[in-house]
Amino acid sequence: MAKIRGAIVVDAERCKGCSVCVANCPQQVIALGKTVNSKGYYYAEMAFADKCTGCVNCAIICPDGAISVYRVKVEN
Amino acid sequence: MEVQEIINEKNLVYQPSKLLTGAAFNFCPGCGHGTVVRLVMEVVEEMDIQSDVIGISPVGCSVLLYDFYNIDVIQAAHGRATAVATGLKRVLPDKFVFTYQGDGDLAAIGTGETIHACNRGENITVIYVNNGTYGMTGGQMAPTTIPGMKTSTSPRGRDVATMGHPLRITDIVASLDGACYVTRQAVHTPAAVRKTKRALRTAFENQKLKRGTSFVEVVCSCHSGWKMTPLQSNRWMEENMFPYYPLGDLKVMNGQT
Repeated sequence: MAKIRGAIVVDAERCKGCSVCVANCPQQVIALGKTVNSKGYYYAEMAFADKCTGCVNCAIICPDGAISVYRVKVEN
Repeated sequence: MEVQEIINEKNLVYQPSKLLTGAAFNFCPGCGHGTVVRLVMEVVEEMDIQSDVIGISPVGCSVLLYDFYNIDVIQAAHGRATAVATGLKRVLPDKFVFTYQGDGDLAAIGTGETIHACNRGENITVIYVNNGTYGMTGGQMAPTTIPGMKTSTSPRGRDVATMGHPLRITDIVASLDGACYVTRQAVHTPAAVRKTKRALRTAFENQKLKRGTSFVEVVCSCHSGWKMTPLQSNRWMEENMFPYYPLGDLKVMNGQT
């Protein structure tokens, strides 16, 4: 059965660590990291990469346009 | 499959609009303004009208719009965005003209301009971000502040007996003959963001069809002004703002999609 895999890339310098994407990710893939960007914000990162389905919810809710989403169909 | 294999140009399904300059938004972390600013450019990019669109940003949190957009933006005086848009649209009727205003701008100092521009049916798009407070200046009470809401100038909550009732300016605009499309949306969930984007698309399409004024209100949180976290303020907005400002279309002319 084909499986959908996704991945996000967060622009660390644009992210302000507001956590809106963390709360709106249906798969709980995203978490705030332990490092800060040049402005001192803990930025979002893909903590559980294998669960991401590339649903784009995080990117369309991101108030700072910091997230790009990739999606691919994997044939088993 | 490794994550690095997935992150490949051919698998890209979403990226922020190329019409944004790349400058980091000056809004507070989690502010819905950023989402609306981004959505406007996504709609412009989808319609491929970037060389024909002119934005007007008055005073408020919208003031630095020209820093974020790779399109022409005019900075108007406080509250006068619809007046500037009127002049611009009449001189350049083939351009798409939109204003991006907050509630302290559109529903307070600019009430007269807004109502008369909509009543004349100027063929423009008005984007109105309503967070019930003067966000930029420190969260003071605005005409749109809901009853009981605490702000820095109404620390015990808005008392309607002495401070009056909140102004539902979108409802007033809906009653005007010049307005062809009046809607109230939000950007607190992915589903709401998608609906707002569709509303913005309709509002820009109406300009092409010369139908009259399109008015899109976006109910938005201001967690700095409300003294909450972004997630708390989104919840507070659902529980308290939406009963007073119900979401949905207020006026849709026949034939609109």
